[in-house]
Amino acid sequence: MSNILALIEVSHHGDLADSTPSLLAAAAKLGTPVAVVVTVPGAGSALVEKLGQLGAAQVYLAQSEQVGTFLVTPQVDALALAMSTFNPGAILTVNSVEGRDVAARLAARIDAGLVIDAVDLRSEGPSIVATHSVFGGAYTVESTVQGGRAIVTVRQGAIEGQADAAVPVVTTVSLESDTGRSAVIDEVIDNVVVSARPPLRGASTVVSGGRGLGSQEKFALVERLADALGAAVGASRAAVDAGFVSQASQVGQTGVTVSPQLYVALGISGAIQHRAGMQTAKTIVAINKDADAPIFDIADFGIVGDVFTVVPQLIEAIESRSKK
Amino acid sequence: MKIVVLVKQVPDTYGERILDPATGLVDRSGSDAVIDEIDERALEVALSYKDAHKDAEVVVLSMGSAAVTVGLRKGLAMGADSAVHVLDSALRGADVGWTSTVLAAALTATGFDLVIAGNESTDGGGGVVPAMVAERLGVPPITYLESVQISDDEVAGERGTGQGKLRVHAALPAVISITERLPEARFPKFKGIMSAKKKPFTVLSLEDLGIDPAVTFAGVGRSVVLQTTKRPARASGKKIVDEGNAGVELADFLVAGHLI
Ligand SMILES: Cc1cc2nc3c(=O)[nH]c(=O)nc-3n(C[C@H](O)[C@H](O)[C@H](O)COP(=O)(O)OP(=O)(O)OC[C@H]3O[C@@H](n4cnc5c(N)ncnc54)[C@H](O)[C@@H]3O)c2cc1C
Ligand SMILES: Cc1cc2nc3c(=O)[nH]c(=O)nc-3n(C[C@H](O)[C@H](O)[C@H](O)COP(=O)(O)OP(=O)(O)OC[C@H]3O[C@@H](n4cnc5c(N)ncnc54)[C@H](O)[C@@H]3O)c2cc1C
Repeated sequence: MSNILALIEVSHHGDLADSTPSLLAAAAKLGTPVAVVVTVPGAGSALVEKLGQLGAAQVYLAQSEQVGTFLVTPQVDALALAMSTFNPGAILTVNSVEGRDVAARLAARIDAGLVIDAVDLRSEGPSIVATHSVFGGAYTVESTVQGGRAIVTVRQGAIEGQADAAVPVVTTVSLESDTGRSAVIDEVIDNVVVSARPPLRGASTVVSGGRGLGSQEKFALVERLADALGAAVGASRAAVDAGFVSQASQVGQTGVTVSPQLYVALGISGAIQHRAGMQTAKTIVAINKDADAPIFDIADFGIVGDVFTVVPQLIEAIESRSKK
Repeated sequence: MKIVVLVKQVPDTYGERILDPATGLVDRSGSDAVIDEIDERALEVALSYKDAHKDAEVVVLSMGSAAVTVGLRKGLAMGADSAVHVLDSALRGADVGWTSTVLAAALTATGFDLVIAGNESTDGGGGVVPAMVAERLGVPPITYLESVQISDDEVAGERGTGQGKLRVHAALPAVISITERLPEARFPKFKGIMSAKKKPFTVLSLEDLGIDPAVTFAGVGRSVVLQTTKRPARASGKKIVDEGNAGVELADFLVAGHLI
């Protein structure tokens, strides 16, 4: 079996990203998972045991004083260095902002083919076949890389299952990057809102609100229903642009793509770009004043009505049931 | 300051977007082609800098089919000074490796202090071309910027990550990509549309850029589509008009479906 490099994302507090189990599961489908971890000196060893539990047969700890100061470059250099040690059959990163940056720069540097946003992976002889879900799930596409090495960005959480736990072999290296080609990080601004709600990506229930909520204050109704259902909060771009809710909540073409068991759309018209981010949900519920709103075309249960009367009644019905 | 804005022609997202099942490529005859909205915002960043710095020069650059002419003319009408179109039939089905190689070669030909791109196109959606272009040019990239400040020798801004924001800067020359947090683009005015016709418009082939695909791309890994399947369209289910009891009916529906 060939070695598969998986670039593990580490927060600036030193924790493994939520995407780690799924990324290592993806690597295990293709070969022997080698976790590549890039941290400031000393910070990586605390992660080794956990990475082994998640299936890493090897852990490559690349240490650089430049991590956290120079954007992306240490990670690109670490993967390039790991390649010479492991001669991998493929290199995987998370399809996040950082993961894509690293994959892009490495692909350009080593003339590899880049497979973007894979939702599933398998080996076929020496090649790797990736599955993509395109245009909001309207198409399923399979792709591969010909004529060179493959770098794959894997959609967060898309690949389920867990690789077999291992006691990893650890390799530690130090590196120093050429900083001339790198942007400099001046400041890290943490997300201030620490929410008790489940994260939007990967949530099994999502309640989203649109322009129809009318204001930031009234958007609280969306949050109340989300809490009653134990759901994540989403939004349309119009609601984000109007400042009702933060950008991280945007669902759609240029926001997050979700595929929950239940998606509830409140005061959202169902523009094609919104649908692109949620139409693969198992069950879709929509509440909208306008009987002709396009969201009803894809809703399993549609209510033509005012969110400000229907939703409070729904919350009450849910709460009285849970009291029984 | 010479700013080159990368613009891609994409199928209008308001129409149905179609993939050709035989090739896996976007069927560009199936929907209207427009400049990607995100690239119009990228152009707006350049034009608002030019509003304040009259000596700045703004170039719009695109690689794509003959249809791209319309989009580049719109860019000129909005206020760009010149346009460059890389047009070559050998580029049909180009992957991100080819695209970034060609754009980097064109940027070397035009020269630049700052390149501004969209973070992700709305068709391919790879979100990788700007960083690949930067790597090939040997200049720093800053992708996914939510705000941008341009000074004489530096570009800076804030970029969202999963866990928060980073404030970053890079020395020029550099490549940046921007997100839809940046303002919508201005509309072309009548005067702009008239003067656009007189502005320089260069069309370059791969040969003009010194690229021979058989040589340049030998030994380069290439992403290829094996198979494309259309999912069946989603059907609509039950629709009721609220007559005072819809919230309760919805709760019943959720219970029946084991969703609560
Ligand atoms: C390139 C591009 C990318 C885009 N990406 C995205 C994206 O990622 N996500 C996204 O969402 N959009 C995206 N859009 C924008 C999209 O086209 C729509 O403009 C947007 O989705 C509309 O949001 P909305 O449904 O909240 O607002 P509207 O379309 O204004 O709809 C509001 C709805 O609320 C209903 N309503 C009003 N009051 C009430 C009430 N009291 N009770 C019940 N219903 C009520 C109205 O009947 C109406 O249907 C994109 C557009 C472009 C061009
Ligand atoms: C559904 C789909 C999936 C695809 N998957 C892959 C894949 O996995 N691997 C792969 O190698 N290719 C893939 N492609 C092909 C890829 O989309 C094209 O190579 C495309 O030319 C550039 O990629 P992008 O649209 O993803 O660019 P992005 O990286 O998303 O574009 C970001 C920005 O770069 C600039 N830019 C991009 N292309 C151009 C251009 N032609 N001219 C000027 N500026 C430009 C624009 O400013 C744009 O906003 C896919 C295409 C489709 C339609």
